[in-house]
Amino acid sequence: MSINRIEDYLSASAQKFGSKVALVAGGRRLTFAELDRLSDRVAAVLVGGGVGRGDRVLIFMDNCWEAVVSIFAVLKAGAAFSPVNPSTKADKLAYIAGNCRAAAIVTQGRLKGVTAEAAAACESVRLTMIANAGKDGVAHGAVSFEAACETPVARPPRTGINLDLAMLIYTSGSTGFPKGVMMTHQNVDAAATSITTYVGNTPDDVILAVSPISFDYGLYQVLMSVKVGATLVLEKSFAFPQAILNRIAQEKVTGFPLVPTMAALLLQMKDLRPGQYPTLRYITNTAAALPPAHIARLQELFPTTTVFSMYGLTECKRCTYLPPEQLKTRPGSVGIAIPGTEAFVVDDDGLALPFGATGELVIRGPHVMKGYWENPEATAKALRPGPLPQEMVLYTGDLFRTDEEGFLYFLGRKDDIIKTRGEKVSPKEVENVLYSLAGVREAAVVGVPDPVLGLAIKAVIALETFSTLSAADVIRHCAKHLEDFMVPKHVEIRDQLPKSENGKIARRQIEAEALETAQ
Amino acid sequence: MSAQFSTKHVSTKVREFIKDNFMFRDDRADLADGESLLDAGLIDSTGILELVAFIETEFSIQMADTDIVPENLDSVETIVRYVDGKLEAAA
Repeated sequence: MSINRIEDYLSASAQKFGSKVALVAGGRRLTFAELDRLSDRVAAVLVGGGVGRGDRVLIFMDNCWEAVVSIFAVLKAGAAFSPVNPSTKADKLAYIAGNCRAAAIVTQGRLKGVTAEAAAACESVRLTMIANAGKDGVAHGAVSFEAACETPVARPPRTGINLDLAMLIYTSGSTGFPKGVMMTHQNVDAAATSITTYVGNTPDDVILAVSPISFDYGLYQVLMSVKVGATLVLEKSFAFPQAILNRIAQEKVTGFPLVPTMAALLLQMKDLRPGQYPTLRYITNTAAALPPAHIARLQELFPTTTVFSMYGLTECKRCTYLPPEQLKTRPGSVGIAIPGTEAFVVDDDGLALPFGATGELVIRGPHVMKGYWENPEATAKALRPGPLPQEMVLYTGDLFRTDEEGFLYFLGRKDDIIKTRGEKVSPKEVENVLYSLAGVREAAVVGVPDPVLGLAIKAVIALETFSTLSAADVIRHCAKHLEDFMVPKHVEIRDQLPKSENGKIARRQIEAEALETAQ
Repeated sequence: MSAQFSTKHVSTKVREFIKDNFMFRDDRADLADGESLLDAGLIDSTGILELVAFIETEFSIQMADTDIVPENLDSVETIVRYVDGKLEAAA
C-alpha cells in the first residue's frame, strides 16, 4: 500500500495493527480498525452532504475521540481540515469560516449555539455535523455525528494527491486577524517523519496529548501516533495536573509533550517525588523555551526520562530540536535543524552568517508551509525565494544566535527586542533570570516608555502560591545576574499572567497594558 | 459538622466564588450543582489554582496534590462534598 496522503497512515496502521488500541479518550478505547471504519463512514456522509475535493472543513471540538475520527474523515473525503480552538467565540469562528469559505463545520453539542451563529453568517457553510448533540438533538438541517458513524456505507473513492492541502491552521499574528497556514499532505508527512525519527517513536509508545488539537503540537500527536502505530491517550485539559499524572501511571504513558506553562504547574506541586513515573521514556517541550532552571528540575523529578527541548512555528510545524545529550553543556540551546531540513541565521540582507553570529532564523525544508490562505501580502513577508527556482524558504521573524559549533539559541521575536539606553535587550534572557529566582512562577518582560532611557525594562511576574517576594527582591536578583542595562527598572506582581489559547504567556497583551498604565 | 461551616454555608460560599471568578458570560444560564466546570469551559489551570487557594483560605483546609482532581473539584456538588468531608475529619 502506498503511503502518500495522511489518511494512509490510518489505513496502513489498521492493516498492521487492526485490533490494537489506537486511542484512549474520555473513557472510550478505539482500535485502529474501529478508527478506520468510523472515519470511512463519516467521510462518506460528509461527501454525501456536499463536501468535495479541496473543500475546507472546520473541526470545532474539544480533544475527544470524535475529533480524531473527524480529522481522518475529512481527509478521506478529499478535503482539508482546520481545527479550531473550542473556546473560540462566534465572531472569530465566523471570521475563520468566512476567510477560508468553509464548506462544513464538525462540532459538538456544547458548541452548537456558537456554531449555528457563525454558520448563519457564512454562506459557504452547507453542512453542520454535531456530536453529542444532547437531549434537544440535532437542529433541523444539521447532521448527527453518531448517525453518520452508524451509516453502513463504504469509504468514498480517493480523489486527491499528496500535493493537495491537508490542513489549514489558523495562527494569530501581530495584526490581530488570524491567518490560515496552508499545509499539504507532503508538508505534513515530511514534518511527522522527521519528528518521529528524532524522538524515536515506535509502536510501543503510549503518547499523552493534552494540548488542544487546534494547536499543531497537540494535533501532530494524533497524526504521529497513528503513523507509527502507537497508542494515543487524549486529554482535554491540564487544569488538573494530578489527574494527568494519574493517567500517565494508569496507561503507562511513555511520551509526554508539554509546554513551559505546564512544566511550571508540575514543578509547583508539593508532593511530587523523583522517579514516580518510570514508564515515561520522553518529555518534549516547545511553544516557548523552557528556562534552564526548569529543565534541571524536570530532570530531577523524572530521572529516567529524556527531555527534548525544541523550537518551531506553525509555518513549518517544527524547526529545531536539541539532541538530549547536549542538555548538560548547553541547556539554553534549542539545538539543530530537525532531520531532513536546514536552519540557518541570516543578516539584514538575507545572507547566511557564520557560526557565532546573531541574526534572523531562516528555515529550508519540505515541511515549510505553502503560504497563508489567500493572503499574498503576509505570505510574501514570510516566504522568500530559496536557492533553487520556485523554491521558497521561511523567514521566521525570530532572532537567533549560534555558538561556535552551530547550536542555535532563541533570543526573541525580532519585534520583541527592547532597545534601552541604546542597547538591545532580549526579554527572554531577562525572563530566564527571573525564572531562576525561587518563588517566581511566571514572568514576562516588556519595554515601557521612559523619558531618559527611551524604553525602560519592566518585569511583570506571577508568584508561586504563598511566596512573599517583593519587587526589591526581584530587582536585586536580576542585578546579580544581568548587565545593568538589562535589569528591570519596574516590577509588577500579579496573581497570574494572561495567556493565549495555546497556553503561551500573552506578552503583547502585557505590553499593551503596560503602555496604558504608563500614560 | 462544625456549626460555623454548615453544608449550606459551604455551598453558598463556593457558588459565590465560582460566580464571581469564572462565570463571565452574561448569556450563561445558572450553573447546575452537578455540572462539570471543565466541560462547561468555565475553568482552566489558573482557575484551579485560584479555586484551591480559595478553599484553603476560606475553610482553613490543607489540600494535598492528590486531592486536586476532578472527582473533588469539577462541580459545585463535588467541591461541597470534598470540603464537608475535610471539615468533618478535622472536627
